[in-house]
Amino acid sequence: MRRLAARVAPPTATFLAGTLLAELLIRALGVSPLLLPTPSAVARAAWSYRETLLPALASTTGAVLVGLAASVALGVLAAIALAASRWVERAFYPYAIFFQIVPIVAVAPLLVIWFGYGWRAVVAAAFIVSVFPVIANALAGLRSVDPALLDLFRLYGAGRLARLVKLELPWALPSLFTGLRVAAGLAVIGAIVGEFVGGGGLGVVVLGAMRQQRTDLVFAAILHASGLGLVLFAAVDVIGRIVLRRWHWREEIP
Amino acid sequence: MTVETRLDDLGGTGRAADPTPPATGLAISLRGVRRSFRTAAEGTIEAVAGIDLTATPGDFLALLGPSGCGKTTLLRILAGLDRPDAGEVLLDGAAPDPGPHTARRLPIAYVFQDAHLLPWRDVLGNVALPLELLGHAAGRCRSEALEAVERVGLADAIRRRPAQLSGGMRMRVSLARALVTRPRLLLLDEPFAALDEISRQGLDEQLRSLWIATGMTVIFVTHSIAEATFLAERAIVLSRRPARVVLEHALDLPLRRDAALRADPRFARETGVLQDALRRGAEAGAAEGAR
Repeated sequence: MRRLAARVAPPTATFLAGTLLAELLIRALGVSPLLLPTPSAVARAAWSYRETLLPALASTTGAVLVGLAASVALGVLAAIALAASRWVERAFYPYAIFFQIVPIVAVAPLLVIWFGYGWRAVVAAAFIVSVFPVIANALAGLRSVDPALLDLFRLYGAGRLARLVKLELPWALPSLFTGLRVAAGLAVIGAIVGEFVGGGGLGVVVLGAMRQQRTDLVFAAILHASGLGLVLFAAVDVIGRIVLRRWHWREEIP
Repeated sequence: MTVETRLDDLGGTGRAADPTPPATGLAISLRGVRRSFRTAAEGTIEAVAGIDLTATPGDFLALLGPSGCGKTTLLRILAGLDRPDAGEVLLDGAAPDPGPHTARRLPIAYVFQDAHLLPWRDVLGNVALPLELLGHAAGRCRSEALEAVERVGLADAIRRRPAQLSGGMRMRVSLARALVTRPRLLLLDEPFAALDEISRQGLDEQLRSLWIATGMTVIFVTHSIAEATFLAERAIVLSRRPARVVLEHALDLPLRRDAALRADPRFARETGVLQDALRRGAEAGAAEGAR
């Protein structure tokens, strides 16, 4: 408990100090609220528009989670297929990189044409930007299996499925979680961009507030989106620690 | 030395007290085995150049040679994990076959330079792995794994994970994993090289008594003269790469060996013989390289 406090206290302190400093500076310099609202104004906007912001946050969260789940499922399957042979990897991996380099802002209108306005286009955008780190890291993990253990499995006549389930997938798990942490943050970005074009969620709140020149509400929506990204990142991290505890469980070595 | 004479030496204490049926070792015959590799940096490297080698069932052979001389390649060929470019490999008169046909697979076990355990499995799970892969029922995997773990003296550590074990304990788990299938041929590739001297000597003694108890054929690769002398019935000294046989020498030492043997004059004499051969092998390799 004390260790947790020691880890939480410093960033909380810097956050409070930073917020206070911003509040004082903006007031002292008389910056227009259209350019930069004070933190207290942002907080007030967040409170008075809570009935807009919270459902929007829920909608974005749903799209992010579904997109991320699709990334994990399809990304791991793709990595298994790519790891099957060097030839397959050479033939298809360059196209997997497409997912990383594609400008999601440019593709979002296409997603709306394909999936229509609304949730499905948003999920697709979250999926597209988050799938590559999953593929890349899962593939790296599958490729890094200890060659001696592959020999061992061969020696005892293990089939492809046994090798995958009992060796390759568990071996790739730490690497997969590294990719998932990156993917979680990217999925939020993808969803917001998807919402700019496809509608719904925090993306639309940001656009609407911008048109009404409600900079305080824009900030409030951005904070909600950032909070979502942060919570997701932390959740993946905690799940990873619990799952991988077996790997690093170093204590009482006799 | 035959299995019968060894039993007599034991005074009937070993095999009779052991409820497991005695495994008979595999006979090994290598003739003219060659293997080379193409590498980007050095072109074609000849790892093994025409090796002849035989072992009778229940033999304990030490392959002694400088590091990187092709000993590992030889072991992998014996295990069927690699194929020679030329020459003949016969285990009990048949070529090794690592294919997926369980029925035809020869019971061979391989111990690597490091333990190479699955970090997410506990000791028992790691030892049971080979039986699982061979498709045995869960109950049998567990009971036989327990027995193998007991044999290497880790019965009170079955629930620990590799990260919670010392290096010596990890190596014993690796040994138990190799023994769990009751192999007829046990191949060991410098298995204890990374351990401290005391752990290493302890494991050498343990391996020697496991060999006496089981009657399997053992091939032990090492670059330590003392270890080869202590463990084996016969030592084969290999030259620098490409590996050739410099000396094949039957070690004239008692069957039961313990720490006291290391101070015995006979032990010193045998290590001296191997030392000379090893030096000749290194010089031969150097002369070859200069040519």
